Parts: sequence; C-alpha cells; structure tokens
Amino acid sequence: MTRWGLGLRGRLLLAFAMLGLTTTALVAGVSYGQARTVVLQKAQDAAVLSLVDEVTRLDPVRELPPSPEQLNAIVAALAEGPDAAAVLYRDGYASSGLHPSEIPQPLRAEVRDGRVVWQRFSRDGTPTLAIGTQLRTKRPDGSTEPTGIEVYRLHPLADEQHSIDQLAALAWSTGAASLVLAVLLALLAARGVLRPVSELGRAARRLGEGDLKTRATVHGSDELAGVALIFNQTAERLERQVGELRRMEADARRFVADVSHELRTPLAAMTAVTDVLDEEAERLPGDAGKAARLVSQETQNLAQLVEDLIEISRFDAGTAALACDDIDVGAAIRATLRSRGWTDQVTIALPDRVLAWLDPRRLDVIVANLVGNALRHGAAPVTVDLRAVDGWVEVTVSDYGPGLTPEVRDHVFDRFYKADSARSRSEGAGLGLAIALENARLHGGTLVAGNRSPHGAVFSLRVPRGGTA
Amino acid sequence: MSRVLLIEDHHTVREGLRIALTRQGHTVEAFETGEKALAHLSAAPADVVVLDLMLPGMDGFEVCRRIRANQDLPIIMLTARDDDMDVVAGLEAGADDYVVKPVQARVLEARIRAVLRRSTTRAADPVALAEERHRELTIDRAALVVRKDGAPVGLAPTELRLLLELSATPGRVYSRQQLLEAVWEQGYLGDSRLVDACVQRLRAKIENDTTAPVYVQTVRGFGYRFGPL
Repeated sequence: MTRWGLGLRGRLLLAFAMLGLTTTALVAGVSYGQARTVVLQKAQDAAVLSLVDEVTRLDPVRELPPSPEQLNAIVAALAEGPDAAAVLYRDGYASSGLHPSEIPQPLRAEVRDGRVVWQRFSRDGTPTLAIGTQLRTKRPDGSTEPTGIEVYRLHPLADEQHSIDQLAALAWSTGAASLVLAVLLALLAARGVLRPVSELGRAARRLGEGDLKTRATVHGSDELAGVALIFNQTAERLERQVGELRRMEADARRFVADVSHELRTPLAAMTAVTDVLDEEAERLPGDAGKAARLVSQETQNLAQLVEDLIEISRFDAGTAALACDDIDVGAAIRATLRSRGWTDQVTIALPDRVLAWLDPRRLDVIVANLVGNALRHGAAPVTVDLRAVDGWVEVTVSDYGPGLTPEVRDHVFDRFYKADSARSRSEGAGLGLAIALENARLHGGTLVAGNRSPHGAVFSLRVPRGGTA
Repeated sequence: MSRVLLIEDHHTVREGLRIALTRQGHTVEAFETGEKALAHLSAAPADVVVLDLMLPGMDGFEVCRRIRANQDLPIIMLTARDDDMDVVAGLEAGADDYVVKPVQARVLEARIRAVLRRSTTRAADPVALAEERHRELTIDRAALVVRKDGAPVGLAPTELRLLLELSATPGRVYSRQQLLEAVWEQGYLGDSRLVDACVQRLRAKIENDTTAPVYVQTVRGFGYRFGPL
C-alpha cells in the first residue's frame, strides 16, 4: 500500500495527532513553567520582605549575648501561622516547629557572613522556603551592624504548590482536548480529501471496464478537482476515439455487406446456368469442357463465399434471427449427412428422440461445416456423437487425423483463417467455422475445438435444449 | 412438360433461369414485371408460377395475392437469404414454397416437381372412395374436392395436401418436420414456417373462427392435428 503500510486516512490522522500533541505540549509546557516561576518568585519575595521587615521591627537587643528569654521572645514573634522559626546565637538557640539541624548548612554559612539568604527545599515532602538573616543593631551614627544572632524562618509553599498542581492538571486536560479536536479535524480533512479520491477511483474502474460514458464529479476548484477535470477530458477523448474507430469498423462492415449484395444478382444469373454448363461440358471438346467445368465450379464457390459474407454481416449487425422448432436432433444430423452424400463416410452414434428447440437450418450449417472439415482435413473414421446432458445437447465431431496444433487451435474459428493455405485454397474461403461458431452462440451455446487421444481433432457443439428463446 | 410462368426483373437472372428451365423440358414464359405477367396469365393458363419478390412497380406479394384471388396454381417465391421477413410475408400472401437465390437449376426444378405433384397426384389410399364427413366439412379424397356445408372450398394444392395428410388419421399429432417431409418433400432441411403459413391459410378457408380452430388444431411444442371433433 504505502510506505508505512498506512492508508492516506491513517497518515493524515497520525500527522494531525502529532501536530496537536506537539503544539499542546509546547504551549502547555512553556506556560506551566512560566506560571510556576512567577508564582514561586512572588511567594518567595513576599516571604523574604516580610521577614526582613519583621526583624527590623523587633525590640533591639541591647547587650550580647542575648538571654534565652530574649531568644524565645524573638522566636515567638517570628513563628506565626504555619511558619516555623529558629534563633541561634553561637551555641544557644531557641526554636518553634523545627530543629536547627534542619536548616540547610550552606544557608547558615551565608547568614553568618551577614547576608539575607533564602533557599527552597523539600521538607517532609512539602516544598518549603527557608529564609535566614542576622539581627542587626543600630550604631549611634545611624548605621547598622550585625549582632551574630541568626534568625531563620521556614515558610511552607503548600498553597503555591497546590496552585501549580492545578495549573498542571489544566495543561493536561487542555492537551487532551486539543488532541481529540485534532483527531476530529483530521477525520474531517481525510473525508474531504478521500471522498473525491475514492469517487475518482470508482470512475476510473468503470472506465476501465469499458463504460466510456463515465465522468467524475468535479467538487470545488482544488487540486483534486483538477485531477477530476483531467480525468473527464481524457475519458471524453477516449470515448470520441473509440466511437470513431467503431464507426470506421461499422462502415467497413457495411461496405462488405453492400458489395456482397451487389454481387448477388450477377451470381444468381450465373448460378442458374451452372447445371447447363456442367451438362454441356461432357460434350465440349478438350479444353473448352475443362473451362466450362471450372467456370461452373468457381461460380458455385463464389456464390457460397458471397452468401457466407452476407451471413457474417448479419451476425456483425446483430440482425441474425433464430427460427426455432422442436427438432429431433439425431434425425436432423442424419438428414444433413444424407443431403450431402456423407452417410457412408461417417460413423454415427445418434440416440433416438433427443429433442431440442433449435433452428434446423443453422444446426445444418454447423454440422455440415464440422463434418465437412473433418472429412477434408482429418482422417477416417470421422464420427458424429450426440448426447443429451441435463438441459444441454452435445454434438461431437471427431476424426483420426493429425489433430490441431496449438497455433491452429487458437485461430481455427478466425475469419479467413486457413490452417494449410496450400491445400485448402479451393475448399472454401475459411468462413465456415466462424459462421458455425456464430450460429452456436446465437443459440446460447458454445463450439470448442480440441484434440482427442491418441490423435485427431474434436469439435464439440453444446446448445441448450430449451433454447434461449 | 409443364408451363412455367417466370417473373423476375433482373434481365440476366431471368434469362439464366429461362435457359435452365427450358432445358429441363418446361415451357417458360418470362416477364419482368408483375403487371405483364398477370395480363398474360388471364389469357394463357400456367401450371406453376416462379416469382421474384423484389419487383419494380407491383411487388411480389401483391402479384401473389392477385394470382391467389383467381386461381389455385402453385407459386414458388424467389427470395434472398436475408429476407426472412419477406419469406413470412410471401407465405402469408399465399406462396406454396420458396427458394433462396442464388439457386441452382436442379434445386428449383426439384421444388417445381414437388409442388406439381401436390396438385396432380391422387390420394394414395384407393379404399377411401366414399366422401368423409367431419362435421360441416366433406373431404372427397378421390376427386380431391373439399366442401364446407355443401359448398366447394377453393384450396391451393399445398393447402389441400396438408388437409388430406392431417385428416387421414384424425387426432394424430404431426410434427412440422413430418408435415414438411410428407407435403413439401423437404424433411429436416425445410423451413417449418412453410407449415405454419399454410396452416394459417387453410384455417382461414375452413374454420368458422380462426382464433379458436376446431379442424386444424395446434398442439403446443409438438405440431398440428386434425380434430378431435
């Protein structure tokens, strides 16, 4: 099918899904990241400012080291709400909600250096902001100096984390929705593309099957519509050309029919007197007698040829008609053989009372052709068998000659085909089997050529007993 | 031997047939148009007519009907192989038989002899001397006369032979082939339309209602029979 074994529909779906997923992931990912940073930053800034502000508003420490009571008072002031706080001075400390060992070490080092620092870390699975600074004391000149009292506050970021989680969930659901939307859009697009494509496919198939009037429907003005337009133009040209060819063929056939009809009148006059010529030839001296016999013989051949051509023309024009009757097929075959003087040369196996609804004249033409050919080209004994099988009548004419070569067998029913041109020049024009075949078909039957074992040709005629009429 | 009236418009065909039939011993009067032939026939009788269907002026069918209107002499049509419809029309117009052109003299001669035999030979059965009665129909096999309600029925030779053949064994079914063999002497190679057309003409003359025939009945798929009455 295609490179990946996917149809056009599958590929379109895949492409749209990928596009939807990528876009959603990108947009959702970036906005999630951005929102997270902003939320955390804001919480962090607020927490830091709040601590610094609170620390400056504490009662100043008058003397160092501070008393444990003082440290406890500071902790009590700073530990509010969910926040935990700790105050350390050298080895002493006071704390609420945390142990000093929980404070990250790098943080403490920086605080000892006098800076205000903060750090996010996970405390028992909760994201927590740790902020640290030193208490400062005012100098008489208004400037401040660190006191060495470290103040820490742990501010849990649970609320912020919750907001961020909600953002993430929103991003996920938006992604899923856009994926569904992308698939729906892909299906819609595939339908839009595939319907004209499959319509075109159907039209092409009908055209291939010989329906030259087939045209594709042109939707809109896109590339597919262009293809449909080109298809229609091609089909139109094809129809025109085939029509032209058929017309020429019909003209040629009509010409043959017309010529044949024109030849008929002079031939009728000549045929009427061939018997006279034959009788007189006996009495004419030498060459004159031979000439008279030759003219008589060839007149009959020519008359037969013209009648065959007219008969073929009628088959071609579709005007050949059956004149059927209830026929005793065996008796009809005997009559055919008798009327041509073949009774003694042919072995027959004809059961009595095989009745069929056939055109007796056409049956005569078929049987006479088959037996005539067998007698001329085959070798004795020539046999004619008749069998009735179910609704069919089968007449088989076989001989013990050399049989048919594959080449002859393929063409034996062709018009003017002669298996052995040197031998059969004066034995008919080669229309006999073509006419026999047409006659068999007119009855809704078949005529096939084959070989018998060990050698010899077999022609089998099968026609329905009830006829097609 | 017998007087043949030949009607054929093509000069060479007419001449060829005239030569051939004359050699067979017939007296041939040949004409190129139906009008001339009919004019001649009214003055001088003939035994058989050989008639081309395609004629200038009055066509062969009309000639056939005009001859039939006055006389019961046999008519043989000359026709082309592909004029199937013409054959039917010609037989309905009253022709007894037809031959396909081009025709050899001996074939035409055989047909002429066959139709002449129909009009001259007596019934083969010498015992049947008395007239047979079949309802209104009386058949005299010896005199070759058929009467209906006492009045003679004018039957052409072929029609008469067909009636004699069928009525010889009332109730027996004859196939078209058997009738072709017995009446037309053609058997299996004959055209069964000859029989059908002749039956139609015969019915028109002897039946009271041709749509419901009682004398010559059709046996579908088999053929015809006389009666049963």
